Amino acid sequence: MDFLRPASWEEALAAKAEHPTAVPIAGGTDVMVEINFDHRRPEYLLDLNRVGDLYEWEVGEDSVRLGASVSYTKIMENLRAELPGLALASHTVASPQIRNRGGVGGNLGTASPAGDAHPALLAAGAEVEAESVRGTRRIPIDEFYTGVKRNALAPDELIRAVHIKKADGPQQYSKVGTRNAMVIAVCAFGLALHPETRTVRTGIGSAAPTPVRAKAAEEFLAAALEEGGFWDNGKIVTPSVAKQFAELCSAACNPIDDVRGTASYRRHAVGVMARRTLTWTWESYRGARNTAKGAA
Amino acid sequence: MRVNFTVNGRPQEADDVWEGESLLYVLRERMGLPGSKNACEQGECGSCTVRLDGVPVCSCLVAAGQVQGRDVVTVEGLAEFAQQRAEGGCASGACGTAGAAGTTLDEARRWQAKGADSQTGEGVELAPIQQAFIDAGAVQCGFCTPGLLVAADEMLERNPNPSDADIREALSGNLCRCTGYEKIMDAVRLAAARQSEGV
Repeated sequence: MDFLRPASWEEALAAKAEHPTAVPIAGGTDVMVEINFDHRRPEYLLDLNRVGDLYEWEVGEDSVRLGASVSYTKIMENLRAELPGLALASHTVASPQIRNRGGVGGNLGTASPAGDAHPALLAAGAEVEAESVRGTRRIPIDEFYTGVKRNALAPDELIRAVHIKKADGPQQYSKVGTRNAMVIAVCAFGLALHPETRTVRTGIGSAAPTPVRAKAAEEFLAAALEEGGFWDNGKIVTPSVAKQFAELCSAACNPIDDVRGTASYRRHAVGVMARRTLTWTWESYRGARNTAKGAA
Repeated sequence: MRVNFTVNGRPQEADDVWEGESLLYVLRERMGLPGSKNACEQGECGSCTVRLDGVPVCSCLVAAGQVQGRDVVTVEGLAEFAQQRAEGGCASGACGTAGAAGTTLDEARRWQAKGADSQTGEGVELAPIQQAFIDAGAVQCGFCTPGLLVAADEMLERNPNPSDADIREALSGNLCRCTGYEKIMDAVRLAAARQSEGV
């Protein structure tokens, strides 16, 4: 095994181009587990800890450019207003020790269907900034996950940052596990209301070979909200709408039975989380709307 | 591969380090600092918690090569670290005077838990969190204790008046298989109370 220690992003790209089999390591919370258990013996480890700009983030007008190595702790501390869904998801990651090391770049690189960040990224809307010596490209998050622990990166590419849309409405995140910490999701659900475009987006984790959106559910809910004039009148979403939304979210799952839960449990739980997160986000939207009206 | 880094305020060098080796292995097997415990090797248990540039991390998940030039505090250096912090010094050793007042490797190896009343004049007084663990009876088999001490000490540094929820969250990455959590909670509350009274 060789340990490659690039001091800059350019050096990292050059190293990855020269050694496409090199395994990038940043927080190490996935890679080191595999090495410790002898599940993986990469020829090269590519340490990204020295590449300082991977730890930085910029808040732009419409989106946040989040460096690949920004820790979950930093996201919780600094980006709760801009990225509420991702901040909530970050808080469910493992433990403080793991949140201090792990970041979204690694979550995307590993591309586990159970990765905690994915449902939040899918719901908010995001693009992955991938780069190689050949150039930079932005991969829409919907096209990023290609299979179980597989992603759209080319062998010579590294994840530099993720561009995540700033919240224009309430976002929520929910995760099922056996305790409140140190839990790999049995299943997870992210929901973002986008009042500016009058759309909603979802993300489902651990209930299909890849993280997925429940597109039929999103379209149904957007149409129902539009039809009932809900965005304008701020009325409570009717139980029948919430119920159907939940059923469509369950239907978007393609889960398996495994040690953490059965397929039917996952389908059921995703429906429950969909209904609850819809209630939470919609109440929050109504609250904000009524406050704004009161002030005016 | 050779790795140079600072442990408990002293510069150290590890030679012939395997590229896939963890920081935990280097500390325990190469530096003779067995305070950080090796249990799950997957970041689940927190027994190997150390401070890396001040930040609590699972040392089993840090590749040794990643600590090149960085600063590590283990449970062996916790008393000195806490003492320097109390004196307003540079506890992390990251401010250019590393080594001037740290724990030497030999001192760290000889480190033993000693109560304040059994001081022989050697070594250093226990960190407040260590004393609180003893006084509250928060140590059973002791295996999880080093990780808990490092994690709890860091929380009290950040948050001097923690609620029970804060304590539970800060220690949520540290498992105690004796399930002695209530006494551990007591110990952290005790340390926080003593800290706020300036005892």
